[in-house]
Amino acid sequence: MELIKRKESWNIGYDHALGETASYFFAQVRDNAQIYGRRDPKSGRVLVPPRAFSDQTLEPTTDWVKVGPGGRIEAFTKTLPNPPYAFGYVLLDGADTAIGGFFRGIDLSDPAKAAKQLAIGTRVSTRFADERKGSVLDFWFELEGKRGKGGKSGGDTAVGYE
Amino acid sequence: MKPPRVGIIGIGQSEFKARRDDANYPELVREGVTLALADAKRELKDVDAVVYSLAPDALLGIGNAERLGVDAVGARNKRFMRINTGGATGISSVITGWTHIASGECDVVLVAGADKVGESGDSQTILNKIWDPTYERALPLGTITMLAMSAVRAMHKYGLTEEDMARVTVKNRTNAAKNAKAHLRKVVTMQDVMASRYIAWPIKLLDACPQSSGGAAVVMASEKYIKANKLDAVWVSGVGHCSESYYMGDRMGRKIMADHADAHALARSFERSYEMAGIKNPAKQVHVAELYAPFSNTEYHAIEATGVCKLGGSLVMMREGFFDLGGKIPVNPSGGTLCTNAIAVSALVRAAEVALQVWGRAGEHQVKGARVGIASGNGGDHQFFGTMVIES
Repeated sequence: MELIKRKESWNIGYDHALGETASYFFAQVRDNAQIYGRRDPKSGRVLVPPRAFSDQTLEPTTDWVKVGPGGRIEAFTKTLPNPPYAFGYVLLDGADTAIGGFFRGIDLSDPAKAAKQLAIGTRVSTRFADERKGSVLDFWFELEGKRGKGGKSGGDTAVGYE
Repeated sequence: MKPPRVGIIGIGQSEFKARRDDANYPELVREGVTLALADAKRELKDVDAVVYSLAPDALLGIGNAERLGVDAVGARNKRFMRINTGGATGISSVITGWTHIASGECDVVLVAGADKVGESGDSQTILNKIWDPTYERALPLGTITMLAMSAVRAMHKYGLTEEDMARVTVKNRTNAAKNAKAHLRKVVTMQDVMASRYIAWPIKLLDACPQSSGGAAVVMASEKYIKANKLDAVWVSGVGHCSESYYMGDRMGRKIMADHADAHALARSFERSYEMAGIKNPAKQVHVAELYAPFSNTEYHAIEATGVCKLGGSLVMMREGFFDLGGKIPVNPSGGTLCTNAIAVSALVRAAEVALQVWGRAGEHQVKGARVGIASGNGGDHQFFGTMVIES
């Protein structure tokens, strides 16, 4: 028998409030090209991205700490070939937890070669877009010593899959 | 006080496929229910409560689909509860069924659900929405990229290779070929896996689970009820849950309490179920394992979390065939989540498959002489874990 299908889609808009802590973080990224973490007073851990409270004790975090721009790669993945991109997590200098972001300036055409360049422990530096909107896409990471000029932001929408 | 013993008395599973255009969602839920009730030789009127196994709504495209599914499980006038712990949903549901009975509140509980993941246009776009809009959602995070980064860390820590990953797929596909319920049943070679395209490095197409459609259910009962009705059963001897914190970036870097390479909270969950079941040495006491592993690399950290070897120790054992069907402790003899992933019930199927194994009813993929088995489920961003010990 004929089996009938029905096309449906969900497309719902939201206007999410980010709260005081994340608002400060993104304002600093946007206005001063600076990444901040928050210190957990009990453990001394500097949480990046910053959180209002410690997930270990539920106590409020106490002070803002400047982190980066240098750091080390902690994890990465990449897709090939279309559109090629690499992203992952970086432990910024002065931070105790890693923050996600894109890696740029790396030739991704050879999977094995690119994986070596992005190996865990590799030093990177944070680069900021000239025009910043207050988003995690305002910054990205490049291999240390391979500094290019500031560039265009990746925009503030999610990157698609293949 | 020791909780009353809880048995599994019936199991029902669809033959999982990419699509089931002959059945809409509640019809698919009913399919597992009908099979499980028949297997238990029970009728709907015998059921005291229903636990409904349903993962994120958007995978199905129906908001709070338990509302629609309530009729397919015959829950009118019965106790009803929906469970959602992401990929762990199915095992959390079975454990919730156990709780209903172990508390003394119910004698017979139906645990059921279904999924039609193949009907969603792009499950990874849906799964990206499990990341918070504040800091991380703008990045291409999804379950594949998240677990690709776990593989990268395992490569760094333990020397995991792409060949090690392929070996898991080859084993599980070989097993799935023997399991009539499995979705991907075609045997593949190491060369096939290695030649498949990258989805998120180092995960390739053949290292990844399919999007499956199908239903599954189990019927559970109290020991008192099982004895009074002279029913055949296998027994839940241990259950456990454990959670991990939200931020993946906290599982790397300095002063970490858990490494994203591993499944730290899953190991704690297994410890809890072993303690309840009185298992002191899993390597000696466990005969079969069905471990939730949607990507080939994740089977390694799941195995290590069971405690049958130390961290990083499973790679050599896999190479030596320790976890093959016919090996010392077969892992995922059904083919596992890697070959069939109807997300709402995948972890329920892990428990159901272990029950079938210790019952001696697994058919062509039966592990000879299995009497004690373990099952696990993983959900969220590698975050929520549930585990069980099931014995004959």
